[in-house]
Amino acid sequence: MTGRVMPVLTVLLATLAFWYLAAVPMNIREVLTEAERGGAQVVPATALERRDAPVLGLLFDNPGELAAAWTQDRPRLPAPHQVARELWQSTVVEELSGRRGIVQSGSLSNRGLVYHAGVTLGATALGFLIGAGLGILLAVGIVHSRTMDRSVMPWAIVSQTVPIVAIAPMIIVVLYSIGVQGLLPKAVISAWLSFFPVVVGMVKGLRAPDAMQIDLLHTYSASKGQAFWKLRLPASTPYLFASLKIAIAASLVGAIVGELPVQKGGLGARMLAGSYYGQTSQIWAALFAAAALAAVLVALVGWIERRTLRRMGAGA
Amino acid sequence: MMPAIAILVVWAAAWALNVWLSTGRYAAHLWAKLAVPLIFGLTVIAIWEMLVRGFGVPLVILPAPSQIAPRFGDSLGILWSDVVQTFLRGALTGYVIGCGAGFLTAIAVDRFGFLRRGLLPLASFMAALPIVGTAPILVMWFGFDWQSKAAVVVVMVFFPMLVNTVAGLSDTTAMQRDQMRTWGAGYWQALLKLRLPAAMPFIFNGLKISTTLALIGAIVAEFFGSPTLGLGFRITTSVGQLSLDMVWAAILVSALAGTSFYGLVALIERGVTFWHPSQRR
Repeated sequence: MTGRVMPVLTVLLATLAFWYLAAVPMNIREVLTEAERGGAQVVPATALERRDAPVLGLLFDNPGELAAAWTQDRPRLPAPHQVARELWQSTVVEELSGRRGIVQSGSLSNRGLVYHAGVTLGATALGFLIGAGLGILLAVGIVHSRTMDRSVMPWAIVSQTVPIVAIAPMIIVVLYSIGVQGLLPKAVISAWLSFFPVVVGMVKGLRAPDAMQIDLLHTYSASKGQAFWKLRLPASTPYLFASLKIAIAASLVGAIVGELPVQKGGLGARMLAGSYYGQTSQIWAALFAAAALAAVLVALVGWIERRTLRRMGAGA
Repeated sequence: MMPAIAILVVWAAAWALNVWLSTGRYAAHLWAKLAVPLIFGLTVIAIWEMLVRGFGVPLVILPAPSQIAPRFGDSLGILWSDVVQTFLRGALTGYVIGCGAGFLTAIAVDRFGFLRRGLLPLASFMAALPIVGTAPILVMWFGFDWQSKAAVVVVMVFFPMLVNTVAGLSDTTAMQRDQMRTWGAGYWQALLKLRLPAAMPFIFNGLKISTTLALIGAIVAEFFGSPTLGLGFRITTSVGQLSLDMVWAAILVSALAGTSFYGLVALIERGVTFWHPSQRR
């Protein structure tokens, strides 16, 4: 484990350094426009001339203005510390001292990331539960019935090649028109994305016991149900958890995509709003919040996995 | 009541037929194996049609398959230009660039142990993150046209491809690598003759995952701004006009594009990894 820390840190630092460097050419045009408005000498002098000038030339001609690229108000690429500040502002500061924050109004601020992350988390969790439940049931059916296997499995594969996100706006509009709104429409999209990994992993897991073990249960004259509960289900647990980790990440993607057409809160809505109003720091902050949420969810499933497997006696 | 009974009868009959086909005397035949999923699909479509007609579901909620089919036929021209915009320009360009970059990075990661220890944990972490979220940023950088869609696809397919290729490159046994060394093979020879071929099942796994990600990325990016064509644009605007038959026609097209893309990669896989146990019959 300790052998990994140094290389990972190096790569992270290199990424950070590259990010700071990249912010300069990305933001140079806006920087120069602002400097020109502020009365500074800029080469070339007008925005029209600069539009067609190569970025490298602009960098070398105006060395004095470059530092401003990291303090822009609405940068094309915000510098890391700007994103970090936005994250801090829209979580801790907003809740503690904002007018709508939890301290002053008693409820989470709808301008803060905590509230939006909560909305996304709700849809993710509901969709994950539906998707994983359906996936497990389907896998049990597929393992026990050859007809199910042959007729449903090909369509389960096809269902994943359908870009579900394309259908997201329609699912939401249609469910809305028959009176279903709130979490459920988004959860449907999450469930669609998360059921497939569970089906595939679970089918593999339920078929993991080899012929010898199944024969042994036969000699005990165990029924199909007993074989399922005592052999197949325990044997499938490692496979199940591996696919649950994939499923919960996919479920989060589904929730975020589902929020794009609705605009009633959530990290996806926050990103879209940020892109409408040119608030780049807000998009980046929402992106990092989504990443943190994904990391926490996957870690949570991993923790449950370790506890369960230890209980079941699989060492380590 | 009548439609409900009819639907149940059709369902039971089709299911009985499928049970007979998959467990009866023809179960081992190839045509029976192909017929079962086909009958299942046709049954679902038939039930959908009966459901819509029997219960008078309005067009704005769910159009019947018989309403979608003519709409599909009438708008082939529009739909084709959407496919060109979203799939051929956006998704495919990004897929090729992203998978290529992921593959080359994997080779570099494999060559240098430091990169492997540093980059790989981060890459497998990144592969689990909701990377679609970068779409608004990339659309802002690369404009509304297909270039931004391709960029989103590149970022989305890069990490799964990288992780899978690296996993594949370590899928040889010490015995096999020693064998190469006894033959005096250098790093590149061992890579080309032993480890890359051995990695192919993993590489194709990454390529197959990436096909669906590519279409998802290209379509999601269209939510954040697009020219007046593209599958995502068509679906969002048609939902706005409540012409759900057009929406379903566009969904059908994207499903066809996604399925045939996946099928094509799977077909190439069968040719390349014919030796692998999962391809034997």
